[in-house]
Amino acid sequence: MADLTTDFLGIKSPNPFWLASAPPTDKEYNVRRAYEAGWGGVVWKTLGMEGPPVVNVNGPRYGVIHGADRRVLGLNNIELITDRDLQTNLDEITRVKADYPDRALIVSIMVPCEEQAWKDILPLVEATGADGIELNFGCPHGMSERGMGAAVGQVPEYIEMVTRWCKQYYSKPVIVKLTPNITDVRLPAAAARRGGADAVSLINTINSVISVNLDTMSPEPSIDGKGSHGGYCGPAVKPIALSMVSEIARAPATAGLPISGIGGVTTWRDAAEFITLGCGNVQVCTAAMTYGFKVVQEMISGLSEWMDEKGHTSIQDFMGAAVPNTTDWQYLNLNYVAKASINQDDCISCGRCFAACEDTSHQAIAMSDDRTFSVIEEECVACNLCVEVCPIEDCITMVPMDAGSTDPRTGKVVEKDYANWTMHPNNPAATAAE
Amino acid sequence: MPDTTFDPGIKAARLEPQAYEENFSDLHPALGGHEAMVAADRCYFCHDAPCITACPTDIDIPLFIRQIATGTPDAAAKTILSQNIMGGMCARVCPTEQLCEQACVRELAEGKPVLIGQLQRYATDHLQAQGIHPFVRAEATGKRVAVVGAGPAGLSAAHRLAMLGHDVVVYDTRAKAGGLNEYGIATYKTPDGFAQGEVDWLLKIGGITIETGRALGPDLTLETLKAEFDAVFLGMGLGGVNALGVEGEDKDGVLDAVDFIAELRQASDVAQVPIGRDVVVIGGGMTAVDAAVQAKLLGALNVTLVYRRGRDRMNASPFEQDLAASKGVRIVTHASPKAVHGNGAVREIEFDYVGEDMTPSGQTLRLPADQVFKAIGQTLEGDGLPTIERGKIVVDANGRTSVQGIWAGGDCASGGDDLTVTAVAEGRDAAMDIHLILSGSV
Ligand SMILES: Cc1cc2nc3c(=O)[nH]c(=O)nc-3n(C[C@H](O)[C@H](O)[C@H](O)COP(=O)(O)OP(=O)(O)OC[C@H]3O[C@@H](n4cnc5c(N)ncnc54)[C@H](O)[C@@H]3O)c2cc1C
Ligand SMILES: Cc1cc2nc3c(=O)[nH]c(=O)nc-3n(C[C@H](O)[C@H](O)[C@H](O)COP(=O)(O)O)c2cc1C
Ligand code: SF4
Repeated sequence: MADLTTDFLGIKSPNPFWLASAPPTDKEYNVRRAYEAGWGGVVWKTLGMEGPPVVNVNGPRYGVIHGADRRVLGLNNIELITDRDLQTNLDEITRVKADYPDRALIVSIMVPCEEQAWKDILPLVEATGADGIELNFGCPHGMSERGMGAAVGQVPEYIEMVTRWCKQYYSKPVIVKLTPNITDVRLPAAAARRGGADAVSLINTINSVISVNLDTMSPEPSIDGKGSHGGYCGPAVKPIALSMVSEIARAPATAGLPISGIGGVTTWRDAAEFITLGCGNVQVCTAAMTYGFKVVQEMISGLSEWMDEKGHTSIQDFMGAAVPNTTDWQYLNLNYVAKASINQDDCISCGRCFAACEDTSHQAIAMSDDRTFSVIEEECVACNLCVEVCPIEDCITMVPMDAGSTDPRTGKVVEKDYANWTMHPNNPAATAAE
Repeated sequence: MPDTTFDPGIKAARLEPQAYEENFSDLHPALGGHEAMVAADRCYFCHDAPCITACPTDIDIPLFIRQIATGTPDAAAKTILSQNIMGGMCARVCPTEQLCEQACVRELAEGKPVLIGQLQRYATDHLQAQGIHPFVRAEATGKRVAVVGAGPAGLSAAHRLAMLGHDVVVYDTRAKAGGLNEYGIATYKTPDGFAQGEVDWLLKIGGITIETGRALGPDLTLETLKAEFDAVFLGMGLGGVNALGVEGEDKDGVLDAVDFIAELRQASDVAQVPIGRDVVVIGGGMTAVDAAVQAKLLGALNVTLVYRRGRDRMNASPFEQDLAASKGVRIVTHASPKAVHGNGAVREIEFDYVGEDMTPSGQTLRLPADQVFKAIGQTLEGDGLPTIERGKIVVDANGRTSVQGIWAGGDCASGGDDLTVTAVAEGRDAAMDIHLILSGSV
C-alpha cells in the first residue's frame, strides 16, 4: 500500500489533504470532526487582529454556477475572515493541536500592513503550538477594501515586507497564500521568497460576480437589493490554479519553492495533478462545502490506489513529475501530427462532433444519410474539439501519425525529428535548426 | 417451433436450442464502463445516506459510487466487500427495489433511484475479474471455529473469522459449497458459474477448510463440535419443506419447488431438464416465483402460480410479480389447494376459492397439471439444536443462541428477512462477536 504521509516544511501529516482556511475550519467543533473524518491537516479560518472582530453580512453570502443535475461547478462568496473573537480562536487552536499532534494545523492570519500588528499577533499564535502560519494575502472582497488581503497580495513589495516581519517574529514555517487577482503570479511568489517565505499556497478566490437577478437587477448573492463582487472557487477554478502553480514551479526565481496547491480540488485525481505540478500537498474548501468532510475518504482511497497502480510508494515519487513537461508554446513540437479517429462501435450518432467541427472548426467530419460520422483526414487539423464535445469518453481519440507517412491535409511527409516554432521557416526570428 | 411444444407430459427440449441460452442469460446484463459512469454520476453523495441504512450489511453506498465515478472501481469494490464479502452475489440477487434503491432520495425526487445494485456489480466484478482478493489475515490466534452450513451466512462468518486470524472448518451436507447461492437462486440471476467462482474467490483469504458431504447429525454432533472447537456457528438454513396436507399430494409429478430449482441449477445443460406442458406452482414467495418463471423459461406452455391470499400479501416483491407476469406466468390469488387428482401421476389439481379469512367460498378451480411445484415455505431441520421458537433458532443481536459457545445466523436463525444479504450480515456480525469472546475482550 502506498504511503500517503507528507512532510511539508517539516510539518508531517498522514495524507496530503488539508482543509483550506474557510468556513470548514472556522472553529474547534469543525476541525475536530474534520480530523476524525480523515483530513491530514487544516488551515484555520483566517484570524484578524485583537479587538472587536469583523462582521459578516446577515443575508446570503454564497452564489453558485450549477452544471447539469445541479452539480456545483463554481462557488462565489462574500464572506470575510473570522468574525469570532481572537482569544476564542487561539484557545480552541491550542486545545485541538494538543489533541491531534499527528495532524497538521496551520493558522491563517490577516492583520493590517503595520509591523506592530504582526508583532502583536505572532507570539499569541506561536503560543498555541500550531505547526505554522499562512499569510492571507488573497481575500479579494471586503478585506481588500480595508487595505488587507488581495490589496497586499497585489503589491509584491508589501508581500516581501510582511513576510520578513513574520520570519522575524515567528519561529515556525511561514506560508504565503497568493491571490490570483493579478497579471503575473510569479512576481508575488518571488517577493514571498525574497521575504523568506518557506512556501507559497495558491490560489485564493478569484474576483467574481456569479449572476445577476433579472427581476431585481441585483448581482447575486443579493443583500437587500445590492450585490458586491465576491471570490470564486470550486472545480471551475482548477485550471487557473494549475496554470499559476506550474508557472511558479517553472520560473527560475521561484523554482523549488514549496507549494501548497489550492483551487477546485474535488477528487483524488485533482490532487494528483497539483502534486505532479510541484505541490507538496493540496488544500480543499469547496469540495468539503459541497459534499461534507467525508469526501476525503474518496481522495485517500483513490490516490492510494492510483499510486499502487503506478508503483509510486510515496508522494515524493511523482511530485513535480509534470513540471519538466510544462513548457512554452514556442517549444511545442510542430512535427507532431495527429488525426481524430471515431470508433464506430462506440458512436451513438448524436452528431455533436459534426456540429462542432462543421460550424466552428475545420469541416473535417462527414455525415452520411444514415448518420454515420467519419473523419475527413484531408481536413482534420487535430484540434481535439470533437473529442471533447463527444458525450462518450474515448469514442473519438487522437491518433498520432507515424513518421514517414504523409499528412493528407498538407501533403507533407511527417518528420521524425522535433522542430518547434523557433526553428520554423515562417518565423521571421527563426534560427537555423542546425 | 419444435414439434414438442404442445406435447403433454413432462419432457425435455421443448424449445429451440438457442432459446435456452437467451432465456437463462443474465436478467440484468452488466453495465458497461460508460453506463456505469452515467449511473454513478447521479448519486448525490447524501449525508448519513438512507440507502446505507436500508442495506442490511450497511455498505457505504455513496462512497463506493463516488469511487466508481472517480475512476477507481477497485477501491469501490473494497468499500463494498469490507462490509459484505458477498457483495458480488448480493448485487445480483438483492431485491434492491425493496432495500437500498427504495431508500434512494432520487426515488423520492424522480421515481428513478440510482442503480445501486448494478453499480455494486460493476465494482465487484471489476476487482474479482482480476482475481484480486483484497483482504489479508491477521496474525494467527490459534483459535478454531466450526461453521455448520456453507451458505451465505456460514461463508460470511467463516471469512470474517479467518480474516481475524482464527482457523475455520466449514461443514456442509451438500456436495458443493454456496448454500442457496448454488442450489436455490434463480439461474438468470447468477449465470455462468458465478456462485462457485465467488466461493473460490472468498476462500482465497486462507484459513478456511470446507468439508462437504458432512452433515450435522448423528455422525457429527453439536457436542463433538463444541468439544473440538472454541466456538460453533450454525448457518444451516432451512433444509425442510412444508407439505400441502391435501389428498393426492404423493402422486408423481408433485414436487418441492426447491428440489426442482436445485436440479435446474445443477444441470450442465438446461435443455435436458424435463418440464411439464402444464405446470402449477403453489406459493407466494420468491421460491414460487422463481419456480414458475423458470418453468416457463424451460418451455412449459401454461404456468399458473396459485396463492391463497391476495397479491398484496405475497412475499414476492412487486418487481418479482411483474417479472413473472412478463414471462407469461398467470397469477391466481385467493385459491387454496384442495386435492390432487390423477392416476399415479398428477393430471389435475383442484383449489377452493377462499375469502380473506381463508374460508372456502364454495367455488372451486381445477387446473390441468403435469407438474405441481410446492413452494409454501421451508423449515428448520435437526435435533438437539439450541432453543427454537416459531421454527427458528433464537438468537440475540450478536447471534448468540441459548447455548454458550454456539452462535447462529441466516435463515435458520430468528430475526431479519430470509435474504442472502441478511444471511451475510448475520454471519459477519456473529463472527465479530465470536472474535470478541475468543480474544477475551468481553
Ligand atoms: C428458490 C429460492 C430463491 C431465492 N432467491 C433469493 C433472491 O433472489 N434474493 C435473496 O436475497 N434471497 C433469495 N433467497 C433466499 C436466500 O437464498 C436465503 O435467505 C439465503 O441463502 C440464506 O442463507 P443461509 O446461509 O442462511 O442458508 P442456505 O443458503 O440455505 O445455506 C445453508 C447451508 O447449510 C447446509 N446444511 C443444511 N443442513 C445442514 C446440516 N445438518 N449439516 C451441514 N450442513 C447443512 C446446506 O446444504 C446449505 O449449504 C431465495 C431462496 C430460495 C429458496
Ligand atoms: C466561504 C469561503 C470563505 C473563505 N475564507 C477564506 C479565509 O478566511 N482565508 C483564506 O485564506 N481563504 C479563504 N477562502 C478561500 C479558500 O481557502 C480557498 O483558497 C478557495 O476556496 C479555493 O479552494 P477551493 O476551490 O477548494 O474552494 C474562503 C473560501 C470560501 C468559499
Ligand atoms: S446552510 Fe442554510 S441553514 Fe445553514 S446557516 Fe446557511 S442558510 Fe442557514
